[in-house]
Order: sequence, then structure tokens, then C-alpha cells
Amino acid sequence: MAAPAIETSGLDVGYPGRRSPVTVISGLELTVEAGTFLSILGPSGCGKSTFLRVVADLLAPLAGTIRVMGETPSAARSGRGVGFVFQDSTLLPWRTARENVRLPIQVGRRSLSRMIDDRADELLELVGLSALSERLPHQLSGGQRQRLAIARALLGEPRLLLMDEPFGALDEITRDRLNDELLNLWRRTGTTVLFVTHSIAEAVYLGQRVIVLAAHPGRIVADHDLRPLKGPDNRCSREDPAIVAAMATMRSALGAAS
Amino acid sequence: MNQGALSPFAQTVLPILGAGSLILAWQFLLPLAGVPAYIVPTPTAIAGVFARNGSLLLSNLWPTAIEALSGFVLGNLAAVLLAVVFVHSRTLQAAYFPVVLFFNTIPVLALAPVVILIFGLGMLPKIVIAAVICFFPTLINMIRGLESASPSEHELFRVLSATRWEVFWRLRLPRALPMLFASLRIASATAVIGAIVGEWIGSDKGLGALIIQATFNYQSDRLYAAIVLSSLLSIGFFMTVVAAERWSVRYR
Repeated sequence: MAAPAIETSGLDVGYPGRRSPVTVISGLELTVEAGTFLSILGPSGCGKSTFLRVVADLLAPLAGTIRVMGETPSAARSGRGVGFVFQDSTLLPWRTARENVRLPIQVGRRSLSRMIDDRADELLELVGLSALSERLPHQLSGGQRQRLAIARALLGEPRLLLMDEPFGALDEITRDRLNDELLNLWRRTGTTVLFVTHSIAEAVYLGQRVIVLAAHPGRIVADHDLRPLKGPDNRCSREDPAIVAAMATMRSALGAAS
Repeated sequence: MNQGALSPFAQTVLPILGAGSLILAWQFLLPLAGVPAYIVPTPTAIAGVFARNGSLLLSNLWPTAIEALSGFVLGNLAAVLLAVVFVHSRTLQAAYFPVVLFFNTIPVLALAPVVILIFGLGMLPKIVIAAVICFFPTLINMIRGLESASPSEHELFRVLSATRWEVFWRLRLPRALPMLFASLRIASATAVIGAIVGEWIGSDKGLGALIIQATFNYQSDRLYAAIVLSSLLSIGFFMTVVAAERWSVRYR
């Protein structure tokens, strides 16, 4: 059995403040099995993005331990095990769509980047942007830019994909479509996804498992396994009464915590 | 008022008509108003100088062009390199940036005699003055440009385990280019000013020297011709910079 994608113990997450560190989440105990699609749901300020940054080795934990695929976050990151999709697409405006997707094989340790196939065209196809591969980012819509950011994150074939409110700035119609596309990509690649969102509907629709965080102090107030409702391939209808009921449960969990 | 967009034809023709109307007024109205030719010679008189003394003008254009261009290259190169050092070392920036800031408050005109004392009367002091005058705006803009990448862009490169070298070439530098060119456009004009100021203080060649000589000899038409040529030189530099910018910053 593979090591869990994430394993934390007594993990304190926060920022190194000017005088003393500012703790956002304290004592986090979380284990995520490899291959899981996990939604992390919570209001702003609950530390969900900060936690993602600790997993990606962008921020050091304040205390406690965290293992990412059995390794330290730093080892997992430098071994190219982790992909990150930001809230803003973070595409480089001077690069074409294809060159943006190819960024991961142009930077970092050569020995690793060379092992990665140049699957840029395949990934552009997968996210439906083959025809636009020579466009510059400002010539693309918000949804197309986020698709590119996902393609770029997938180029290194990461075993763990971290997504920080990737569809937060999109309209609802585009967002629903991208949710379905993301699930299809996840089914194909079998990668573990940690998906941070403040949308209850999105968290429930996407996740096999949803953890609900509350703010001040940041903590897990609910942890739902949705696999019994959705089956192994994680499919559901937004109108399914059981799904609607799950959303209501989470809404009340959020309400009770604040 | 009509604020609609002008047709491309009008956009090309109107500036020419505007300039043309002013030149016509200068040619015919100013003499009628009794402005003497030794104060403002007419455009045809100035054009006459270009026809008669073309080789004199040209032989004075080259030294100024070489000084301005060399100063432009040296000053901007030094500024870019120092900016690169400053953004990679907070310590050096904290230690030396205030000194640079103080240096910038010295008026170039006050500094010019010192530069001439040090470097003599050849081309070198003019190049140095042109370089000094280009240096500071580019330093400031380049530092800001190199630091203009967003936090999430830096995080992206960190997730990809990019080296400092890669972050510089693939993120910081391309991000800085638009701001670098903004200051290069300004420097294209100020470099010429620097070279001319240097020539005023001590030179027998160059457009600056020609301006001084023409003034003292009351050769107003020659003075104006030298001014027109200085302006053409700046415009030439400016257009070159704009062309280089169009070529290297294509995403705007």
C-alpha cells in the first residue's frame, strides 16, 4: 500500500510574524489516502490556503510534522511530485499558451525535467485548447487561462495536485463546466487532489471527501466521506437529494462553528 | 464636442497639417510681427543653413551622436547591472542605495566641470556626463521592474524548484522589460542633452560647441539649425528604442 498522500500530526500552520508567529491552524491531524479527491471547505481566514502552502513547501510549518507522499514537503516538491494551481492563473504574459504549459520542463533540476515527456500538445488537447496554443494569455478568457494553468500543473505528472480556489474568479456557468472537466482529468490521471474552495456546492460536487474548516482558530469542524453517495468513480448529480442534504449538513457545520 | 475615434487617414494627415500650419505661421507671421531675424530666423533661412553648411553640421553631429550613444549604452548598462545586484542583495541595497540617491540630487550641470577636470577635454567626459544623466532613472525603474513579479509568480517558480538563475532569466527579467524600456525612452533624449551640456563646458567639436559658437557670433540661423539637428538626433534614438521595444515586448 502506498504511503498516504498527506499525513499530519500536531501540525501548526501560520505565518512568521514580526515579533511572534501568527498561528492560523493549530494541532491539525489529517490523513489523506493517495488518489483521493479531497475538498477543503471553509470561510476566508480559516487557513485553508495557508495549509496548502505548507503542503507545497512554500511555507514552513510552525510546529508538528507533515509528510507528503511519505516524504518531507521539501523533498516531495523538489522531486516534482507536486503541482499547484493558483487562484489567478499565474500565466506568464510574454509566453504563448503552449510555452506556458511547457514551463515545468524548462526550469528546475535538469535530471528531473529531462525525464518528463513534452506532453504539452497532448495536455492542450485534453483541456480543449489545441487550436489556441499560439495565443498569448491576454487573448484568452478567464476559463481558458485556468484550463492552461491546470495543463501546466499536470505536465510534470504530479502525484499530488494542489488547487487554491482555482475557479473562484470565474462565472458560475464556466465554473460548472470546468468542475466536470477537472473530474474527468482526475479520473484519467489518478492523482491526489487537494481542492480549496469557499463554495459549498463546489466542494460537495467535486470531493470524495470534504473537510470543513472554521476560522479563529482554524480547525476541522467536519469531515465527510461522500464515497457512499457517489460511488468509486465519484459521480453525482447536483440535484440528487442526498447531495443536497450533504450540502445542508456542511452549511450548518459552518454556521455552528462561526 | 466630437470625441469619436479619428479615421487612420485623419490620424496621419492631421499632425502633418498641424506642424505645417505652425511652420507657415513662423515663416510669414513672425517677420510681419516685427520679430528680427537675429532672434528668430525663418524656417527657410534655417533650411538654407542645412543646404549651405551641410558638411559643417554633419561634422559636428557625429561627435555628439557618438558621445550620446556611448553614454546611453554605458549609463543604462551600469544601471541595469547595479539593479540586478541590488535586487539580489538586500544588504548591498540597504548600504549603497542611499548613496546613489544622494548622488542623484547633485545637478548634472554642477557635476559637469568636475567630470571635465577628471577626464580632460576629449570625448570621454561628455560620454561620462551622458551616462550619468541616463543612469538614475533606469536604476530606479529596473529595480522596480525586477521586483514587479507577483508573489504567486514567485511561488509558481518555487513549486517548480527553479534556481535563482532561472527565476532571473525566465521571470524577473521579462517582467522588468516594459519598465526598462519606459526609462530607455526617456534616456534616449536625456543622453543627447548630457552630451550637449558636456560640449558647452569644454569642446570645439559637436552640436553643443556649435550652439555656443553660433550664439557668440550672432549666427542665429546656424544656432537654430544646430538645435533642429539635436532634436532630430534625439528623435532618431527614441525611434530606435521604440523599435527595440516593439520587437522584444510583444505581449502588450
